[in-house]
Amino acid sequence: MMGLIILVGIFQSWNVALSIFNMCLISAVMTMGANIQWGYAGLINFGLMGYAALGGLAAVLISAEPVKEAWVAGGFNILMCLWLIVMMIFAIRFVLKYFEKSKFRTYGIAAIIIAGIVIIRITSEPSIEAIESVNPATTGFLGGLGLPIIFSWIVGAFFAGGLAFVVGKVALGLRADYLAIATLLISEIVIAIIKHEDWLTRGVKNVIGLDRPVPYEVELQTKEWFINLVAKFNSGKLDLIASISDKQAALNQLVIEGSSVFVKLCYSGLFLMVVIALLIITQKALYSPWGRMMRAIRDNEEAANAMGKNVVKQHLLIFILGSAIVGIAGAMLVTQDGLFTPGSYRPMRYTFLIWVMVIVGGSGNNFGAILGGFAVWFLWIEAAPIALFLINLFTAGLADTHSLKIHLTESVPYFRYLMMGMGLLLIMRYRPKGILPEKIEIK
Amino acid sequence: MDFLNAIILLLNYIFVPALTYGSQLALGAIFVTLIYGILRFANFATGDMMAFGTMVTILITWYFQSIGISLGILPTALLAIPFAIIFMIGYMLFIDKFVFRYYRVQKSPPVQLAMVSIGVMFVTQAVVRIIIGPSDRRFFDGEKFIIKAGEFKEMTGLNEGLAIKSSQVITIFVTLVLVSILFWFLNKTKTGKSMRAYSDNEDLALLSGIDPKRVVMITWIIAGILATIGGALYGLDKSFKPFTYFNNMLPIFAAAIVGGIGNPFGAFLGGYVIAFSEIFLTYAYKKFFMYVLPESMEPETLVQLLSTDYKFAVSFSILVIVLLYRPNGIFKGKVL
Repeated sequence: MMGLIILVGIFQSWNVALSIFNMCLISAVMTMGANIQWGYAGLINFGLMGYAALGGLAAVLISAEPVKEAWVAGGFNILMCLWLIVMMIFAIRFVLKYFEKSKFRTYGIAAIIIAGIVIIRITSEPSIEAIESVNPATTGFLGGLGLPIIFSWIVGAFFAGGLAFVVGKVALGLRADYLAIATLLISEIVIAIIKHEDWLTRGVKNVIGLDRPVPYEVELQTKEWFINLVAKFNSGKLDLIASISDKQAALNQLVIEGSSVFVKLCYSGLFLMVVIALLIITQKALYSPWGRMMRAIRDNEEAANAMGKNVVKQHLLIFILGSAIVGIAGAMLVTQDGLFTPGSYRPMRYTFLIWVMVIVGGSGNNFGAILGGFAVWFLWIEAAPIALFLINLFTAGLADTHSLKIHLTESVPYFRYLMMGMGLLLIMRYRPKGILPEKIEIK
Repeated sequence: MDFLNAIILLLNYIFVPALTYGSQLALGAIFVTLIYGILRFANFATGDMMAFGTMVTILITWYFQSIGISLGILPTALLAIPFAIIFMIGYMLFIDKFVFRYYRVQKSPPVQLAMVSIGVMFVTQAVVRIIIGPSDRRFFDGEKFIIKAGEFKEMTGLNEGLAIKSSQVITIFVTLVLVSILFWFLNKTKTGKSMRAYSDNEDLALLSGIDPKRVVMITWIIAGILATIGGALYGLDKSFKPFTYFNNMLPIFAAAIVGGIGNPFGAFLGGYVIAFSEIFLTYAYKKFFMYVLPESMEPETLVQLLSTDYKFAVSFSILVIVLLYRPNGIFKGKVL
């Protein structure tokens, strides 16, 4: 796998290879999160898109600068509405606790919810308008806390874990494929809310210019130590160039490329730390008594229940942990891109692709999850060039202007779906446990 | 207090669109529920199979248009649909033979079949986009409006116009006819009854001598018919864009589950429930209140409970609530 990435580096460019590597690392984290839920506990979570989005939202809310006018205009009102929501939840819990289960109680709860929504909408509307009208081109939202963006990785985990708690309480009693549908739909609801509530997230206007934990390329290009480093690295190539001005031009080019590579390497370092930390934790968990209990619950729930294990609580715990990991990955993704685009969170790109990674890599095996993340993401990105190569190979006899050849060349981006689908079908048929299946200990 | 105008407003902006959208959802929901009830898995490739059927319809429609066949005031697509159905059935049986049959014979858990259907979804998406491309296609020809808003206002002298598109009438009419034929088939014919028996209790059905291969084949045939007609009607009414069909899969699932999965009649009603609630809860009632209430109580704001961005969120929330409180759906479907 690493060999393939190095090949890309040699044939295309190191920048491309490193960006693929970084995305592979992020995908590996997401896959590990999904793998914990599926491989350890047998839970299908199709809501990965929502958790990644919440991680990204955490990145915005932690690191964007607070917009003072917006807070002055509507901040107090928003806090009031938040308080109203909390009150509504407490009211519902009160009703649930102290009244007998009856039709009356159900109608009562429904009435509280509807009345609550109406009141919140009426009170929040003027303040939302006020916030959104503060400089809508650049801000138009409440902003964040202005803290370093690394903190958002942990906060993203908490956000995602929080949502997973709610979803888990609601949906975990369902059978496997219903859980899949329910989690998919709930994540769609979350994305719809994020896309729409401009006062919190800027919605489809996107948040750009988020802080970075690594240096900017432009700054690097002017630093003395960096230019010397690049010169030393490429001294062989530079020495071959005779004239001074050509040498300077070549050096500039190398510095620009080198700064990009350096920044990506910094991200790689950060992401690798996260991946290795997660790998250590999950491997320890896998071979611990807790891991054995989770597998026992997965394989025979009734027996585990009979032995006194609280199945519901354990399922909820795993659900929260796995989703929190996906939240971290979402925050990592937004950190790397430096911008938050709610519109880019689509089920195909996140949920289903990550599930292909889990299944192809090997369910229940953490190394399999990482391998699946790397392999499938690599195929996803390189599918376009590979498809172009194959099309040219098969239509070698046709002229370049033949309509079929033009049509096929234009549809090259869609061949990646074809490859994903065929890959998934083949693996599920011939190696259903994935490339690296779960290691079963036989004592 | 202009009740007539208020009623026409509701008809134009709520009832007619909701009936149309509900019919489109209903066909898809019956598709999902049949496959779930008889073949016992959640088919995630639903949206893309409908897109495939519509794509074939469009290609045949273009061919017909190019050689000059047309249907006058009705869209040419209606002529193309029967041929597209044949192609679609071929595709479904092909996929069943090469993909799903292996897992059915092995009696794999439904989860595995659902994952496999995701693979089929990827492949079908790719095929549709490679053949016809991802962009918007409109293939409606023929008379677009039965009554235009302006004509209606002239005819009745009212302030509000009622526009009825022919595609809406065609959708509702074809849906009702098709669904009636389907229910007659399921309830009155021997094959239909054997399918229902197989869906209810597989082992007893096999003991009674029902041929499972035949049941499966007929299920895929009916599914192919529903997918093609459902997809083509949606494309005629709105437009064909592969991405939209994938997104529509989710409300279709919601409709099937709300109506009681495994129960075709429930799926039919579920489609309308979802469509009506989506439109009811996201419509801006300001003009309605302006007609109905006296001048002094006219509303200032749009009086819209949830914005239109939340349309899908409404149907999903209904689904979640149904899954919590009445998991069998409106009509008792398969127990979860």
